[in-house]
Amino acid sequence: MQTEYSLSLANPTPLHTSLRQKLALAAVAIGVLMCLIAWASPTAAQLLPPSVFLAMSISLVSMGSIAFVHEEYDNKPEGIKNHGVFFKSLVTRGVWGWFLGVLLTGFYVCLYWFPEYLTGLVTVFDPLSKMMRGRPADSWFVYGTIYTLSVLLMGYKFAMKYRHNRYQLVRTASVTFFQLGFSFLIPSFLVLMNEPEYYFSYFWPLKTDSLKPDGIQWIVQSSSHGLGLFFIGFSILMTFVGVPILTYFFGKRWYCSWVCGCGGLAETVGDPFRQLSDKSMTAWKIERWMIHSVLIFVTVMTVLLWVNSATKGQVLGSASMAFSKTYGFLIGSIFSGVIGTGFYPILGSRSWCRFGCPQAAILGIFQKKKSKFRITTNGGQCISCGNCSTYCEMGIDVRHYAQRGQDVVRASCVGCGICAAVCPRGVLRLENGGLDINERTEDVRAIHVKEGTLILDNF
Amino acid sequence: MRVAIIGNGIAGITAARWIRKLSDKAHITVISDEGDYFFSRTALMYIYMGHMRLRDTQPYEPWFWEKNRIQLLRGRVETIDFHAKSLKFKEKDDVHYDKLIIATGSKSNKFGWRGQDLDGVHGLYHLQDLAAMERHTATGIQRAVVVGGGLIGIEMAEMFHSRHIPVTFLVRESSFWNNILPPEESAMINRHILEHGIDLRLGRELDYISDKNNDGKVDTIQIKDCEELSCQFVGLTVGVSPNIDFLRNSPLSINRGIKVNNFLETNQPDVYAIGDCAELDTPEVGRRPIEAIWYTGKMMGEVVAYNVIGRKTAYKPRLWFNSAKFFDIEYQVYGDIRAALPPEHETIYWEHADGKCSIRINFDKNTEGVVGFNLMGIRYRHEVCEKWILAKTPIETVLKNLGLANFDPEFYREYEQEVVRTYNQKFNKSLQLKTKRGLNAVTRFLETFK
Ligand SMILES: Cc1cc2nc3c(=O)[nH]c(=O)nc-3n(C[C@H](O)[C@H](O)[C@H](O)COP(=O)(O)OP(=O)(O)OC[C@H]3O[C@@H](n4cnc5c(N)ncnc54)[C@H](O)[C@@H]3O)c2cc1C
Ligand code: SF4
Ligand code: SF4
Repeated sequence: MQTEYSLSLANPTPLHTSLRQKLALAAVAIGVLMCLIAWASPTAAQLLPPSVFLAMSISLVSMGSIAFVHEEYDNKPEGIKNHGVFFKSLVTRGVWGWFLGVLLTGFYVCLYWFPEYLTGLVTVFDPLSKMMRGRPADSWFVYGTIYTLSVLLMGYKFAMKYRHNRYQLVRTASVTFFQLGFSFLIPSFLVLMNEPEYYFSYFWPLKTDSLKPDGIQWIVQSSSHGLGLFFIGFSILMTFVGVPILTYFFGKRWYCSWVCGCGGLAETVGDPFRQLSDKSMTAWKIERWMIHSVLIFVTVMTVLLWVNSATKGQVLGSASMAFSKTYGFLIGSIFSGVIGTGFYPILGSRSWCRFGCPQAAILGIFQKKKSKFRITTNGGQCISCGNCSTYCEMGIDVRHYAQRGQDVVRASCVGCGICAAVCPRGVLRLENGGLDINERTEDVRAIHVKEGTLILDNF
Repeated sequence: MRVAIIGNGIAGITAARWIRKLSDKAHITVISDEGDYFFSRTALMYIYMGHMRLRDTQPYEPWFWEKNRIQLLRGRVETIDFHAKSLKFKEKDDVHYDKLIIATGSKSNKFGWRGQDLDGVHGLYHLQDLAAMERHTATGIQRAVVVGGGLIGIEMAEMFHSRHIPVTFLVRESSFWNNILPPEESAMINRHILEHGIDLRLGRELDYISDKNNDGKVDTIQIKDCEELSCQFVGLTVGVSPNIDFLRNSPLSINRGIKVNNFLETNQPDVYAIGDCAELDTPEVGRRPIEAIWYTGKMMGEVVAYNVIGRKTAYKPRLWFNSAKFFDIEYQVYGDIRAALPPEHETIYWEHADGKCSIRINFDKNTEGVVGFNLMGIRYRHEVCEKWILAKTPIETVLKNLGLANFDPEFYREYEQEVVRTYNQKFNKSLQLKTKRGLNAVTRFLETFK
């Protein structure tokens, strides 16, 4: 029995796809096809004015997706909809999962190292870029646009799927808002105003530029209205004051699943893949080593760069630059992009957040050591079913804690709240409250037998 | 000390884990004929519905057993020699014990219907049942019938529903589970079942099952005093009973289950019984001698561990609680909530306009102390409800602080105000809700009971 992948013999596909859904899918397909055609042959795209062409393509994809999702969920009673998840090849590392994984990874490889292959596609986005930023599109603008659009559309799907759950609705509204505003519109607007493309939602150490000497220099120099210093000040304030304080009150979640763009993508586009995260003890060990190594790496790099800059390169020569380049290549490109997102269908939606992100590492340390946030468990109601652990995107074995009545305080928990949503017995609640945090997270809080009095106590 | 445990369900495994916690020396062997590793029986439905794989329902990774020196043995105990203290298998060597814990669980009931042993007629209890369900329903099924309106019955209906298999659900009672649920809650679940498109037949019983094609497989059922129905699978979910047939002709004292005293000891020296298969000689007031639920197995497993290592501890389960989920509606109960309100109790019932969530609080007419909470679609805190009930807290105190009990996720609407209003209307009072949902207040409240 143990080696059985699933006991399922049947492969139940949805009963039927309605006519409206078929039309919606056709719209999405045509929208995507338009981009592909333009990518392959810029002349073909010139049949229409560029802005009409782009607007049509984006509208077809957006409206098609929204119509499809609406039809998919609206007629069903509200509730947890995980039927057949483990029968679908796309989200269980089956044929379609691998296919999508390779496709996404390939896209990231092009984006990072061969942007010239994307030229045809980039041109399609020129009208939007000119409108928003006053300059032609580049591959990163295209990436940002597709990224934001995906977060919005899949965010809509997520919201429909969990529409009975107000925590999920509010959180999704927040994370899509920050992606759209803080990671897309505002940076584009800054570029239009001849300011540096600054992101208010990323701080050191996730965005190393905001605390690196050359990064700071660049921000200051490329600011034409003198906003550079304000940006630097905001970054420093967030890194050293904002992050610890907010994390103290709300836990890591205020950032990872409410604000961060990487988190935004993971929570929306990545949601169908959340069950792929590895729950084993071994994975947890690797996680702790890896994520803290990255944090040390980025800290050492930043310090070296400052030493280098202070001594005008005399002490370290080019070593610190080489260190910084290596970091950019290994962590910035390969880990956060190629593996982090390209491997969604293989490693689950949060492999970067869990194993690599230095910001998550810092937030995690605060969350574990000094925060009011924890997931409380409801007395003795747990039936050890495993839904919570299975659907935890961070690979936390939530059940381990829940079944012994112990509150969950884990560095990696991003507070997505899905464990609490899928629990069929109402056992878990995300809460902020500092009064008895140490006692409730004790290993065997659930001392069931009180000796001496010989009374069985449920708690 | 050699401890043998028959059964690797929640009861047996909890016992094993606690014995290891309490004693480093015990040599522990857990025997099961069902599967290699402990899995959560309550999650069987989720495997069929594709929410999880079998391995996701196993609470411990395989290395856990080795690390904690709990030996797992796959095989079926055929007989027990209580005198020689040994367990006998068909094709395995005897296992000798110093202490024995019997935790063999339950098996599905069958009431001697004609055709109940046909192919495609199955209960749902063991992993093997799930495999059989899978075999019989993977292809070529037009309709499944579920007989018996209990917790496993409704789960089975949901399982088929998730696979787009049309389900007819025969419930003997006039309303779903109305021997346990009060009428309003029961009606709510009836509506919810119908909302999912289940062919719910209330007040209907199975007459017999037949095989008109003579191929050994079910193809029709006859509903008593009603129509004949074509179907390819029949789920029999008419309760469970202790799985102890192999012990029937032994010196062990048995009634419906294995008789045990408050220390979970049987009439045989050094032999204990726990979980679904144990029947208490003297259950506490208001409790049944056999409580075939997860939580009982868990609590007994812990108590028996103390007794096995010689630290005598009585089984005192305290306040009754249970929970379930009916399709999308979660259910929690704390304390004494009966289907028919006894004359000495008074009730306050609030139901949301959407008819999918409700709060019921019962209290004693004379003392005014709360006796029970029944929640549909709303989560309440176990600890808080239990403290209130055990302390016989007056209903008005409870209502004023009702927010303490709320365990719904953040941003969910709080309905405690509505419950207070319901009370005010019913008794012509003007009580005000004081405490809202929130952890710090709860922590302070619980502190006062320390
Ligand atoms: C589908 C389903 C859903 C449920 N949902 C809930 C729920 O939501 N909440 C709740 O409280 N309860 C629920 N229950 C009931 C709960 O699962 C049981 O009360 C609990 O599992 C009993 O545990 P146990 O350890 O006593 O026995 P079991 O889990 O039955 O374990 C006994 C084990 O012993 C093995 N065994 C028996 N005889 C022998 C032998 N002679 N030799 C070797 N091995 C043997 C059996 O094969 C079995 O593996 C549900 C039950 C089912 C079937
Ligand atoms: S433990 Fe729960 S809230 Fe935390 S990351 Fe996992 S699923 Fe999300
Ligand atoms: S989902 Fe709920 S009942 Fe199931 S193991 Fe997790 S906490 Fe326990």
